[in-house]
Amino acid sequence: MDVSQYLEIFLDETNEHLQNLNTQILSLEQEPDNMDTINEIFRAAHSLKGMAGTMGYKRMQNLTHDMENVFSEVRNGNITVKANMIDVLFQCLDALEEYNANIRENADEGTNDNEPLIKQLNDILNGGDGDAEEEEEAAADQSEGEAVAAEPAADAGDRKWLSINLGDTEKHVLKEALSQGKNVYGLTVKVQESCILKAARAFLVFKAVEEYGEIVLSSPSAQDIEDEKFELDFSLIVISDAEIDKVLGAAKSVSEIEDAIGDVLDINRAEAAAPAAKPEQPSQPVEQTTAPAVAAASAAPAAPAAKPAAKGKKKDEKKPAASKPVVNRTVRVDIEKLDTLMNLVSELIIAKNSLVSAAAASGTSSAAVNEQIEYLENTTTSLHESVMKVRMVPIESTVSKFPRMVRDLQKTLGKKMELYMSGEETELDRTVVDEIGDPLMHLLRNSADHGLESAEVRKERGKPEVGSIFLEAYQDGNNVVIEVRDDGNGIDTEAVRNKAIEKGIITPEQAENMSEKESIDLLFHAGFSTAKVVSDVSGRGVGLDVVKSKIEALSGEVEVKSKLGEGSSWIIRLPLTLAIIQALMVEIGDEKYAISLGSIQTIEDISPDDVELVQNKEVIQIRDSVISLIRLNEILDIDSKKDPKDNLVVVVVKKGDKLAGLVVDELIGQQEIVIKSLGKYISKCKIISGATVLGDGEVALILDANTLI
Amino acid sequence: MEELKAVGETTQFIVIKLGDEQYGIDIKYIDNIVRMQHITRVPKVDDYLKGVINLRGEVIPVMSIRIKMGLEPDVETKATRIIILKLEQQGTIGVIVDEVKEVVTLDNDQIERIAYDSKDDKDSFLCGIGKCDGGLISLLDLNSVVIENV
Repeated sequence: MDVSQYLEIFLDETNEHLQNLNTQILSLEQEPDNMDTINEIFRAAHSLKGMAGTMGYKRMQNLTHDMENVFSEVRNGNITVKANMIDVLFQCLDALEEYNANIRENADEGTNDNEPLIKQLNDILNGGDGDAEEEEEAAADQSEGEAVAAEPAADAGDRKWLSINLGDTEKHVLKEALSQGKNVYGLTVKVQESCILKAARAFLVFKAVEEYGEIVLSSPSAQDIEDEKFELDFSLIVISDAEIDKVLGAAKSVSEIEDAIGDVLDINRAEAAAPAAKPEQPSQPVEQTTAPAVAAASAAPAAPAAKPAAKGKKKDEKKPAASKPVVNRTVRVDIEKLDTLMNLVSELIIAKNSLVSAAAASGTSSAAVNEQIEYLENTTTSLHESVMKVRMVPIESTVSKFPRMVRDLQKTLGKKMELYMSGEETELDRTVVDEIGDPLMHLLRNSADHGLESAEVRKERGKPEVGSIFLEAYQDGNNVVIEVRDDGNGIDTEAVRNKAIEKGIITPEQAENMSEKESIDLLFHAGFSTAKVVSDVSGRGVGLDVVKSKIEALSGEVEVKSKLGEGSSWIIRLPLTLAIIQALMVEIGDEKYAISLGSIQTIEDISPDDVELVQNKEVIQIRDSVISLIRLNEILDIDSKKDPKDNLVVVVVKKGDKLAGLVVDELIGQQEIVIKSLGKYISKCKIISGATVLGDGEVALILDANTLI
Repeated sequence: MEELKAVGETTQFIVIKLGDEQYGIDIKYIDNIVRMQHITRVPKVDDYLKGVINLRGEVIPVMSIRIKMGLEPDVETKATRIIILKLEQQGTIGVIVDEVKEVVTLDNDQIERIAYDSKDDKDSFLCGIGKCDGGLISLLDLNSVVIENV
């Protein structure tokens, strides 16, 4: 069957499951007996297997199958969780991620069978309790055998297809098929109780089964199934050339399908059995206790009756149903659709701005018009906020892989460390969240590798042996702050300067005059790495400058605070949204420019007499701080229309700790503006970060204060 | 081979005027033709880039072919138009022309391709000469017109 249309969903879901597995296995390492965790892992592994199977990724399916086996044994208490098992499981996850990456790139899982891993898994299985497994297998065989061999009347409960009433047309079709030497099967497919999109899964089952034959009839009808008007199972009558096992296999391979049973349908007998089977239905649950264990979890009505029969196993399996996390009602939306929506909102805001200026220009600004415009303004602002919120996702999806990474680093670096995370629920624009992962990973690795000392050194210095790394995220006004902090050695600015001299980045004279802060900034210089040994963790000299440029590309900034011997912290500030900002409109000459409100500190009115010269540069003093002046008209090549003797209008902007005063002619006012790109074609002008369309349809450029300082 | 295949095929050009000379722009690149409007200057860019305009909410860069080709600077008249081009590499871009005259359909045998070796400075903006009733039309090679000066 053609599965390419499901590829995206598959990849998304696989990612989620893998991430979930990573987290759960980590917590399993902490508390090896937590049944909830084990059940969660089992479920995730099971879903993965099913999904991989549906999509036809056999290797992935095999590996997850073996993982699932291990978990199932753990769950049954036959194996206890050991450290080496966790390691193997993590390796399995890596292998699965590799498959996933391959699939994403070329829709193929690759050819790595990961046999050693599968063997290790099997070793764990056998080492754990071989007998138990055999027993279970035997049991499974038995029940399977039963299912196949048992008399139709006895287990009609599961075999609901027997109760399908065949119409004359269908009977005719079936007889015809039989006379052509084809097989007629009856199937009953059970959907997992936890399945959200039953209709979709059923549809996949239909498609899978149709690979092998023709579906003559279904109960409930195809229409009802499509409308999700069915409980947990549905039955099919199929004409096929293939073996029954193949058809059943196809149906079972669909993910979130609990089970599929079926047999050759005897048309004549079916006719006779149909009326008889119906009234029997209420008593089915009792008979179901003999069905394979897998069926039990989903068959909620059967559970009370089945409990005594299935004993311990049963208990464990009942739990997931009870502790199942509440499923949020969500819709997956393509990010492109959201972009379109965002663009439309932007258009609307521009139109609103035009309306405001048109009303002002035509002099029709009566109270009623103003009121309506205000109302419109309120609505567009909330609309913008809502759309923005839709695009926001918690950074959790990105940071949740870090505990695992730190755990691995611990082993490779031979240091003891612990990662403490907080604020994972902090939300950021989806595109930013996707991009922020790599820089954060770099910073964490950096902290682990360069920041933290080895256990011996830490002991000597009177610190706890286990180093701490903190990853904290929180919202601060219109920004989101992500902080990576460690209690390690801090940055040795002396060493940094020496290294920079050695690398020829600065001269010894320059080094002497450098402040602490400037020295730290050297770390962000391309090609700088202080690690004495180039390790596989960091020290390739491509780290921090990439971090910085990436964050700046997201309109964010990085700040470093460090105290030698006590640790360092790396603070990343990111804007909440990228598309629509509040800006101050200013006039220089007869051109209008926008300056992002976020970077503006204060606005000052300065007398020309207060401007002093330091090193031939104009500076002003405001409240004890010296601020250098930047005359925008000179930078932008505009003739200022102001008299030099008039007071200067200075917009004080900040970048990190640095301040600068931008001299403009006139202030126009605050406005919500929509950022539009100038396009690739005009990329030479670094001081302009974009353009916006004003209410009167004119284009105004947005000044990037960061590049001016 | 290509010559043979090309015979009988036609291409449509929009004829524009820069000074006294007629130029042709392949119609397939043309997205729109708009009247001259206020152009917002962008500082610190090459002089042939006149700035950006607002075309139905989109911000689009506008360039002067005249300055790019080393002609006299544009003088804005009633006939001045901005032709919006959609190019694969550079995206959407507007070019200022003195006047838009007409659309002509040229048979491929009415077009004389300019050989590469005969390229001097000004000719490098052309990809051929078209012959029709109205006289000769210099066919602009848009890629070299639009490409950034290094």
